[in-house]
Amino acid sequence: MSKFKKKKKGLPAISTASLPDIVFMLLFFFMVSTTMRETDLLIKKPFLPTASEVKKLEQKSLVSTIYVGKSKDSRISGDKIQVNDKIIDVKDVPSFIYSERALRKEEEVKFMTTSIKADKEANVGTILDIKEQLRDINALKVSFSTSRGNDLKGNYK
Amino acid sequence: MARRENSEINAGSMADIAFLLLIFFLVTTTMDVDSGIARKLPEKSPPDQKNDVIVKQKNVFDIVVNRNNQILVEGTDYVKVTEIKGLAMKFIDNGGGVGNSIDGKPGEPCDYCSGAKDPASSDHPSKAIISLQSDRGTTYGMYVTIQNEIEAAYNQLRNNLSNKLYGRSYDQLLSDYDNDPTESLKVKIDNLKDKYPQIITEPEPIK
Repeated sequence: MSKFKKKKKGLPAISTASLPDIVFMLLFFFMVSTTMRETDLLIKKPFLPTASEVKKLEQKSLVSTIYVGKSKDSRISGDKIQVNDKIIDVKDVPSFIYSERALRKEEEVKFMTTSIKADKEANVGTILDIKEQLRDINALKVSFSTSRGNDLKGNYK
Repeated sequence: MARRENSEINAGSMADIAFLLLIFFLVTTTMDVDSGIARKLPEKSPPDQKNDVIVKQKNVFDIVVNRNNQILVEGTDYVKVTEIKGLAMKFIDNGGGVGNSIDGKPGEPCDYCSGAKDPASSDHPSKAIISLQSDRGTTYGMYVTIQNEIEAAYNQLRNNLSNKLYGRSYDQLLSDYDNDPTESLKVKIDNLKDKYPQIITEPEPIK
């Protein structure tokens, strides 16, 4: 009878052999979906307005981004413009676009898009100034960066 | 009894290594998809060239927004931003007259418009101009909202026409074209864009 008394007692330990597989799967997902942040924001992170009729920006390599927002120092008022890693003046926007163009192939230049990431509290005057500068140097494709959503009430007071 | 030669490699720490990497990528990841309202800026005309185009007042839909984010439409009506879409659609789709003359042929009346055909409003979608004048002090959020409403008006009109002509919405055509760019789809999309071209002008801002 003793043969039958040797039954296992309690629950067997859960096998953790597949744990690495699960973790690797997650790891690969994040590795593929990740994009390293290239620029450190020197201005306050812009609160993008919401819009419903948005288009996805294709070809990320052809997009140059201009940030507009308030300075981190709350004593400084007015809108600041940031490109790459520095805060610039409106009249330096063309030279930024020229430097961006120099990095791309010549035949790709006409597909380049400028994405304006501006805070929803920013003044339209600043945006219009940037647009005027872009027109001057024939960088005509512009995208007003927004988040997707149907509730637009948060855009204005 | 001799020990086996090839004992298995201990894989117990594999999970730890993977976790470490996983946490690194979790922290550094940003999953923002860049999307926005696309606009094409008008080209600058050469400074020596004067090309004043004369446009009838009735073909211009005037939107003015001041620094308190208040909107005035056609110089008379004070409206909320949510009303712009409906008003703009009514204006564009009016079809009260004839369109632009193409290749010397006289313009034809809009046979696809479903508007009121009011002679005091726009003649033809190809002539209908939306003018958005903003103040320098207007907040950007308001500006984007108005741009969005105008875009929505055009998309809605194109959707309606597309449903009538092709039995599918314009949005559907665009997403189909993204998945499978065929020539026949492009013709349809271009046709819809031709029927309702986006003509938006932004005069100098109010100082």
